[in-house]
Amino acid sequence: MSEMPAARPKPRPVPGHGHNGHEGPARVTAAVCCAASCVSAQSDQILKKLGERVTEAGLTDVAVKRVGCLGLCAAGPLIQIPETGKLLRGVTPDKLEPVVEELRTAHPTGQMEDQQPFFSKQVRVATENMGRIDPEDIDDYQAHGGYEGLRQVLTSMSPAEVRDEITRSGLRGRGGAGYGTGLKWTTVAKAQGSPKYVICNADEGDPGAFMDRSVLESDPYRVLEGMAIAAYAVEATEGYIYCRAEYPLAVARLRTAIRNAQRSGFLGSAIADTNFSFDIQVRLGAGAFVCGEETALIASVEGRRGTPRPRPPYPAVAGLWGKPTLINNVETYANVPSIIRNGAQWYSSIGAPESRSKGTKVFALAGRVVNTGLVEVPMGITLREIIYDIGGGIPDGRPFKAVQTGGPGGGCIPAEYLDMPVDYESLIKVGSFMGSGGMIVMDDTSCMVDVARYFMDFCREESCGKCPPCRVGTTELYRMLDSICSGEATMDDLERMAKLAGIVAKTSLCGLGAGAPNPIFSTLRYFRDEYVAHIVDHVCPAGVCTIKTAEVAR
Amino acid sequence: MPVLNAKRTAPTDDKRWKIVETRMRRLGDRPEALIEALHAAQEAFGYLDDDALQYVSDILGVPPSKVYGVATFYSFFILKPQGQHTCVVCTGTACYINGVKDILAGIHAKYGIKPRQTTADNKLSLLTARCLGACSLAPAVIVDGDVQGKVKADELIARLEAM
Repeated sequence: MSEMPAARPKPRPVPGHGHNGHEGPARVTAAVCCAASCVSAQSDQILKKLGERVTEAGLTDVAVKRVGCLGLCAAGPLIQIPETGKLLRGVTPDKLEPVVEELRTAHPTGQMEDQQPFFSKQVRVATENMGRIDPEDIDDYQAHGGYEGLRQVLTSMSPAEVRDEITRSGLRGRGGAGYGTGLKWTTVAKAQGSPKYVICNADEGDPGAFMDRSVLESDPYRVLEGMAIAAYAVEATEGYIYCRAEYPLAVARLRTAIRNAQRSGFLGSAIADTNFSFDIQVRLGAGAFVCGEETALIASVEGRRGTPRPRPPYPAVAGLWGKPTLINNVETYANVPSIIRNGAQWYSSIGAPESRSKGTKVFALAGRVVNTGLVEVPMGITLREIIYDIGGGIPDGRPFKAVQTGGPGGGCIPAEYLDMPVDYESLIKVGSFMGSGGMIVMDDTSCMVDVARYFMDFCREESCGKCPPCRVGTTELYRMLDSICSGEATMDDLERMAKLAGIVAKTSLCGLGAGAPNPIFSTLRYFRDEYVAHIVDHVCPAGVCTIKTAEVAR
Repeated sequence: MPVLNAKRTAPTDDKRWKIVETRMRRLGDRPEALIEALHAAQEAFGYLDDDALQYVSDILGVPPSKVYGVATFYSFFILKPQGQHTCVVCTGTACYINGVKDILAGIHAKYGIKPRQTTADNKLSLLTARCLGACSLAPAVIVDGDVQGKVKADELIARLEAM
């Protein structure tokens, strides 16, 4: 449909960061990662000091710029030289001499260094600008194809055509449930009621998940553009981003981005000189996991306790203030500008051609894996490729035990499924769930009963208390798991627990309670022997649990 | 529901109330500004006391019961003053499997406090976070706003002792 973007201009130097007044393109650029993980290891200091050093050294053809997440968080703080592809790891503010030396001698040859599998096996769509652009600079975003998508829909497409394009792309909700994005947009567009709202769910509550945080910190304009395109497609005029208060850097960058977008005419009235108007406000969450559920999120945006309500009616019909409301998560919106720019055909050709999962998925790879960090992979890639090729395998040569996906409502997948493709349907088939994209690798130092207890403790604490199956059920399941961990349970208890887990899953009001028993189901399915070892042999095979002695247990 | 005879003046002439007032006014002093107002008050004063809850209730016309309900529903809001120093321990999955239990046990052994408690001398408050999203630094803690990665219990305690 549309043309692919033309060759991209080189990153522009950032004023005030050591480019030393040199005009014209820089010979090389030092792209300093300033996303949360590297910032917490003082990369903001590095950015400042490196700028000074480069100036002192008289390197007038070197630009030092702030960029978003470079992905390989495990090796941070990171500096990349995009012209040569070289990645400098573990940089510290006190030892910048080698970095300055590298910048003095680096010459772009067209050959890229550091093409290791961590980078080469990834396919970047939602994260394409990450580590390349200055997250606060709207001009840099536009220099990398930003706002081409929005301009295109406003000037040459009807709202129905936009919805159709998204539908044909095969994009599904990246928050986890995988509902067809085009279908959801169409439902909101057809719903009666005005005004309509667009909400971005940035309440990334799953422990071990930081995809949305990285996208917001690294490329906030992309999310704003995606929301604006969605607003045009469903004919909404107001938008909200509901972001966790635990992400102060993401919130600050979002607020800056919104202000700059308003100034540049990409938010507010008469966007891009058309008669389309749309504005966005940020709303802070306050530490309630249940607010990731859409009806609870709406209650929270309205300033109330974040408790879910029964659906239907769905928010698409009756959402914020009872009006039709579109809710998608950060990553879903982040895919939209690229789909519009490059066409539905292009997007749906990425990933597994036979499956119903198209495009890419961003995962936060963490736990017992060498290359912890943020990765974006095509749908249909195998778990083994993610964990061993991209992730570099398990540290210290320990054996792989399980990978946990889907957050507290997900499951633990054992080694026998390492070669299965990663897509929505396959993950459900093995008892897990795509979820928002947390992927926690575990080795033999993790006890699977203890892991199940950990997630149940989480759900018990985070249950909003509205419906009894979740409020009482998760507490009771936690108590049962705790007694297994301490070696005090019987095999009858195990059966009772499995039965109660089934009831909680079937009768809870929202996804929190319905998903809470999943870690029990999946660990019982694949690691039942560990439960039995705790109960019958009074042994924790991983040596994690403190088992009371057999006498005491009886 | 409007609250009758509500006082609309700040509890004290502390300038920080202005920040709270401005944030509420920007959202039209409407009930939906409640969570934003509580954020503003907590940012300004460090925690939410009864005066703050009552003031927000008066301005926004939300009954005190509902303000209290919201303030206690969300775990981010703190209703008690914190100690001189705070240590937030991340309990996300990556941190959990990388040894958070040892860190919490170490702190408990040394200071006798559990999460959401403060030492008797009011020096140290221990908090936990669901997930800081700094999973590649697991286990991670935040000591007085400063994120520390790959923490070991003894090193952390040495650092807390040095403060």
